[in-house]
Amino acid sequence: MSLQQLTMNEADTARVEAVLARWPGAQRDALIPILQEVQEHCGYLPREAMLRISRHLDLPASKVFGVATFYNQFRFQAPGRHRIQVCRGTACHVKGSAAVLEALCRHLKIRPGQTTRDGMFSLEVVACIGACGLAPVIAVDGEFHAGVTPDAVAGILARCGEPEVRHA
Amino acid sequence: MPTISINEHEVEAREGETVLDACERHGVRIPTLCHLKHLTPTGACRLCVVEVEGQRALVPSCAWPVADGMKVRTHSARAIEARRVVVELLLANHPDECLYCNRNTDCDLRGLAAELGVQGRRFFGAKLERKKDAGSPAIIRDPAKCILCGRCVRVCEEVQGVGCLDFIGRGSATTVGPALDQGLNVSSCVNCGQCLLVCPTGALSEHTATPTVLAALADPERTVVVQHAPAVALTLGEEFGLKPGADVAGLLNAALRRLGFARVYETAFAADLTVMEEASELVKRLREDGPLPMFTSCSPGWIKYVEQSYPEYIPNLSTCKSPQMMLGALLKSPRAAMAGLDPGRLFSVSIMPCVAKKFEAARPELHTEGVPDVDAVLTTRELVGLLRQRGLDLARLAPEPADDPFGTRSTAGRLFAGSGGVMESALRTAHWLLTGQEPPELRVQAVRAGDGVRECRVLVAGLELGAAVVSGLGQAKALLAQVRAGRRDLHFIEVMTCPGGCLNGGGQVRAASAESLRARQQALYALDRDGALRTAHGNESIRRLYDEFLGAPLGEASHRYLHTHYAPREVVR
Ligand code: SF4
Ligand code: SF4
Ligand code: SF4
Ligand code: FES
Repeated sequence: MSLQQLTMNEADTARVEAVLARWPGAQRDALIPILQEVQEHCGYLPREAMLRISRHLDLPASKVFGVATFYNQFRFQAPGRHRIQVCRGTACHVKGSAAVLEALCRHLKIRPGQTTRDGMFSLEVVACIGACGLAPVIAVDGEFHAGVTPDAVAGILARCGEPEVRHA
Repeated sequence: MPTISINEHEVEAREGETVLDACERHGVRIPTLCHLKHLTPTGACRLCVVEVEGQRALVPSCAWPVADGMKVRTHSARAIEARRVVVELLLANHPDECLYCNRNTDCDLRGLAAELGVQGRRFFGAKLERKKDAGSPAIIRDPAKCILCGRCVRVCEEVQGVGCLDFIGRGSATTVGPALDQGLNVSSCVNCGQCLLVCPTGALSEHTATPTVLAALADPERTVVVQHAPAVALTLGEEFGLKPGADVAGLLNAALRRLGFARVYETAFAADLTVMEEASELVKRLREDGPLPMFTSCSPGWIKYVEQSYPEYIPNLSTCKSPQMMLGALLKSPRAAMAGLDPGRLFSVSIMPCVAKKFEAARPELHTEGVPDVDAVLTTRELVGLLRQRGLDLARLAPEPADDPFGTRSTAGRLFAGSGGVMESALRTAHWLLTGQEPPELRVQAVRAGDGVRECRVLVAGLELGAAVVSGLGQAKALLAQVRAGRRDLHFIEVMTCPGGCLNGGGQVRAASAESLRARQQALYALDRDGALRTAHGNESIRRLYDEFLGAPLGEASHRYLHTHYAPREVVR
């Protein structure tokens, strides 16, 4: 990747600047809250934003990236049009959520935390979403799907209104 | 002073020292992987565990302070077994590539496995699948061989103040690399190679030029010439059983001829030339209002650091090329024809104590009409490999002189090998330029090797000159902060990227002890003390070069061949 490709769009740039404006003279200990705020406003952590934060805190960019990638809560790709969340609570795990997740990864050709190349789907693993009775459960754009099996995954994706869902 | 018992022997320990240090001082070696002297202990690898009476669990000796009455057992069956398990776990997902690995003869991990008696695989993990990062002209990163000890991370941040590397991700997916997981070539890495010196495995290594050099040597159409830097001749001997600091410049000239190089030069000659140009530049800046302070420019890691992090100080960098590049340019200039060389067929190799010199030689500003002035750079380590491959035992050769017309060098030029050397040599010649007389005392003790920033004031021709010397970019950064904050009493600042200078360069043989480093330094000062020719301006060959080819320092020809320019650089940082 060349340096130019790091540039974020104007809207995100404005959002990042707005966050940083609230943290004048901030130091290293402000890194995590700043990362959280940027993600809240941009939906993810654009690469350029991390470089901008590193300047603001006078920290090497490697340290910002190191911290950001250490925590599961941060995303590094813009969320897709449809957001798929897979519950990894104990109940779901017992009922086979790992296989469901694997099927999703296979169909979408991405890993948790990533977005499909066409920007349609993003995949996340989340802590218990509190619907243990429905295990294993996934949420698509906030809507729960109960008792999901790996075989059901293709159908759920297709019902998101996409004309063609890619198959592995 | 606390008294502790190490393996049933009572010894005196020092207040506040670690168990590891106390043991080492008393002749008990405990293996380590993540530990680095003088840097933050992390206790990450747990290879250094020992039994301490009263502690249920084994404790990491590198991060455990001594206490009066403490009873330590360093090599109990339990401690050894724990260490073996640590190594076996590290090997569980490690590529079994020792035979083909750049570290096959001096890998710490491999050595520890042997030492601890690991003879088979007990733990099986999925092999690490990680892409090599080979985009940098200087350094190759092979994260599959990384054991996450974090040494490179700490050296880069704590010693060099660069902070190019860090841990990325977590758990079994963790790697160590530059920001955004990008290549080193677009990162803030200054190619100093200090991380290569401390990496215990083959995860970090120089981008080797050995095959290119061998191919050139085998090509009958090519005339292959070579230069070697002054710091190489003071370290190479250690690898051939000579005592640390042995001066093998003459032996190396002989060995290089036997490798097939058509002409052999010492970079120290070009260092003399650098002194002439740089001292003249300093005098000019003093007389014509700056910009001051002037920073030395022979250390390519420092140059890149300024370009990417302190571009406002680019005008303060001396425009002098480094000695390597000055000689490189001369060798491809019409002057080389006088030495009977055909610039069109010339393949110019340099042997450097440095990894960043590979990057420097690849800089487009240092090409003449698209042709690089130096075609290939080998580190001291690569040279050792080449000599071994050709069965040359340095210690058994007879010394030979370098080739003319660049054959004579002063000890001032050789001083470039150590921190403070450029300053000292330039001050000698600046004095002569300003007064027309030799300085009353050639030695400038105040800037000679030592820890920390060295400063001195010299009075020359009624002019008070403030000089400072730093090595290691962490120190340079601190001094720069003072200059930025308004210090005005410094006129000339020498910066060498590696702590201690080129004698401790990132391309030198690994595992140099503090003692051998000191021996190298002392040898350097001894050869200057005993030298017959101790100033660059006193060098007859340099004078002839000006008379017959260059004209005067800072003149038009000098400008073309010996000076360059720098520009702000965008990197991921
Ligand atoms: S790094 Fe060491 S253990 Fe790993 S392949 Fe290379 S020599 Fe072998
Ligand atoms: S070569 Fe120097 S700057 Fe580059 S990563 Fe290693 S220690 Fe850091
Ligand atoms: S690259 Fe080398 S020094 Fe750095 S963490 Fe990995 S093994 Fe350690
Ligand atoms: S060397 Fe002590 S924990 Fe790694």
